[in-house]
Amino acid sequence: MISTESTNIIITLIPAIIGAIYFIALFMRLNRSPIIGAIIGAGAGGIGAMVFMVPLGYCTFEPERKPIDAYFGIFLITIGVFVMLGIARSASNFLFAGRSGSLIAHQSSAGTFKGWLMPWLLLSPTLIILALFLYYPAMDTFRLSTLLARLGTSRTIFVCVDNFTRLLQPENFTLQTVLFFIIAIQLFIASQNTLKDKDSVWAQFFRLSLILSNLFFFFFVVLALLLNSSYYRVVITTFSLSTAIVIFSLIISLGIAYMAYQPIRGGNIYRTLLIWPYAISPPVAGIIFFIIFNNTGGVANHIIRFLGGDGFDWKDTTMAPLTIILASVWKALGFSILFYIAGLQNVPKDLLEAAAIDGANVWQRFVRITIPMLSPITFFLIITNISYAFFDIFGTIDFLTGGSGGTNVMIYEIYNLGIRNNDLGKSAAQSLVLFMLVVGITYLQFRTTGRRVSYGA
Amino acid sequence: MTHFSHEIIQDSSDMNRVMTSDTTKSLIRRLIPQRWYAHVVLWIACFFIGFPLFYAMLVSTQNNAQTINFQVIPGESLERNWQSVMVDRNLGRYMVNSVILAVIVTVGKTVLSLLSGLAFVYFRFPGKWVVFGFVLITVMMPTELLIIALFRFVSIQLDWGGTFQALALPFMASATGTFLFRQHFANIPSELSEASQMDGANPLQFLFRVLIPISWNTIGALAVIQFVYVWNMYLWPLLIAPGGADNQVVQVGLRSLLSVDTSISYGPLMLGAVIASLPPVIVFILLQKQFMSGFAITRDK
Repeated sequence: MISTESTNIIITLIPAIIGAIYFIALFMRLNRSPIIGAIIGAGAGGIGAMVFMVPLGYCTFEPERKPIDAYFGIFLITIGVFVMLGIARSASNFLFAGRSGSLIAHQSSAGTFKGWLMPWLLLSPTLIILALFLYYPAMDTFRLSTLLARLGTSRTIFVCVDNFTRLLQPENFTLQTVLFFIIAIQLFIASQNTLKDKDSVWAQFFRLSLILSNLFFFFFVVLALLLNSSYYRVVITTFSLSTAIVIFSLIISLGIAYMAYQPIRGGNIYRTLLIWPYAISPPVAGIIFFIIFNNTGGVANHIIRFLGGDGFDWKDTTMAPLTIILASVWKALGFSILFYIAGLQNVPKDLLEAAAIDGANVWQRFVRITIPMLSPITFFLIITNISYAFFDIFGTIDFLTGGSGGTNVMIYEIYNLGIRNNDLGKSAAQSLVLFMLVVGITYLQFRTTGRRVSYGA
Repeated sequence: MTHFSHEIIQDSSDMNRVMTSDTTKSLIRRLIPQRWYAHVVLWIACFFIGFPLFYAMLVSTQNNAQTINFQVIPGESLERNWQSVMVDRNLGRYMVNSVILAVIVTVGKTVLSLLSGLAFVYFRFPGKWVVFGFVLITVMMPTELLIIALFRFVSIQLDWGGTFQALALPFMASATGTFLFRQHFANIPSELSEASQMDGANPLQFLFRVLIPISWNTIGALAVIQFVYVWNMYLWPLLIAPGGADNQVVQVGLRSLLSVDTSISYGPLMLGAVIASLPPVIVFILLQKQFMSGFAITRDK
């Protein structure tokens, strides 16, 4: 018992030391007191290590656990430390800078009402609903993910991180280790991407290694796919479907919007005829495409046969994902068109005219002026389209394929596990994995494209 | 953008030479071919975007044999399909439920967002930024991710399974709405509230007599976004209100059309899909300007 206790202490101490070193370096660079930095850093690092481990009771490092559980424990600690150090860094910047944050700056006391009870009364309905129906279930998702729990019985069994590590199929242990290190390297490189000097040798090196490690990552993911583990396949399906939806919907909508934004006759009518599918629900999109791509009575095969083809089996593994992509792009297109039209109307005319005078042709003007000027909108649309492809796609899939034919995405798997198989713990664990992905993608988006987008001239 | 403007300045020496030949050329180019080209592309785009709906409408007038034989003219089975959708499968009841739910949630969300926006902009109280963070961070927590725990909480712990409040209440509060009105109110000159206070108005009078009358555009923006969102909800109603038409919404009700006979009946299914899409599409088309502005406000800053 003593040995596990001391392991726990060491596991908490190492992040605290790392945090302290990081903050000493940070504070020395900013000419602040290194001692205060060491205290803040050690505190943040230690809390970061404990934030996941204390609720879990350090169960991942018990001697009878598999090595993969220990790896997962280290992974959780890393995430906790990263998050806490980030929070501590912005908090210390906030405190040392005195006042910052545009949020506070433009709030003056002019015109405010008196009374301390009134604002709380006004806010209480919102706060109560958010606490009950968002915060409590969010906490419960974390708790459930460590349990073997079923609806209908109140008895639960604590299973540590088994619900997560089972996803990683313990028999492919070497593969897990390699994947784990590649992801760790990637995270490290991604964090280095924030280097101030974008053109330094280091920055270029990091950018190159990011591309290389991405290639490796995909190589190993494909390998994992070949080694036939079911959860990887769900993840890969999710990624490939959402990538296809985002790319097709953005390219097509930009093309259409480029035609529709100019002041042409009947522009408003065209615009209305182009954007209305946004209001169609994902299930209805699924139903309509289910009938169109039906093997027996669907119009798609009729047209293909009329043109001299054979007709396809729309339920097989190559065609089923395609029908999902088509239905989703059709439904999501209107939203992107609407925003691209608005964005194109805001591209300064004088800039385009100046470039035309300089001899830039239509294509050059489009690529070098229009697309960069649209980047904030593209950024916004990528995030909304990804969240569509991750979550709202559930209704489309449920009606169109029912998750068969290689269209079983993560949100569908969560529903299947939790409701149909009544395994709440595994389902909650997969919800958290999806949550991490969403947060990670959004974060990477902000880090990579977010900095480079042009916010107006 | 900066490096590009440098190029413009550097190259402006041969500006005059290009200009003379370009003005005549661009005049011709601008008048005829470019516009003509755009019209063709837009026609094709409108056709492909409209095709699924046209086809759905066509099928909803046909019986199964006509659909399978690819008949391109409308059939005469619309009345029969209507009968089977509205009478046999009771889709009308689902539609009424959806209308009630969408209206109540939209109104409720708008009112709660107005109240919290008022609290954040027109009051100073300790802990304001913590509370604002508490509300804003829920943008990162989509209901879909918490669906299992939420289901467990509402159906087991509250025992609300199949009730109306289980469908409506979890969606009444909105971080987006709060943020939208906060941004909107923050841009209203403070003289307005100072003047109202001098006239002796209390905060609620100020909200209803002064703020709401000048905020209809923003209210419309939130309302249209929320109406379409609530109308199109599927996963949550599917879980929490299983079976029966009593408290179920139309999106889930469409599932009952999948099994009208032993095999699929195309006509009723498509008719149901078209009927279920009409309210949000009409609302969205009528309020597209407000819809855009709502997103524009939340996106900036």
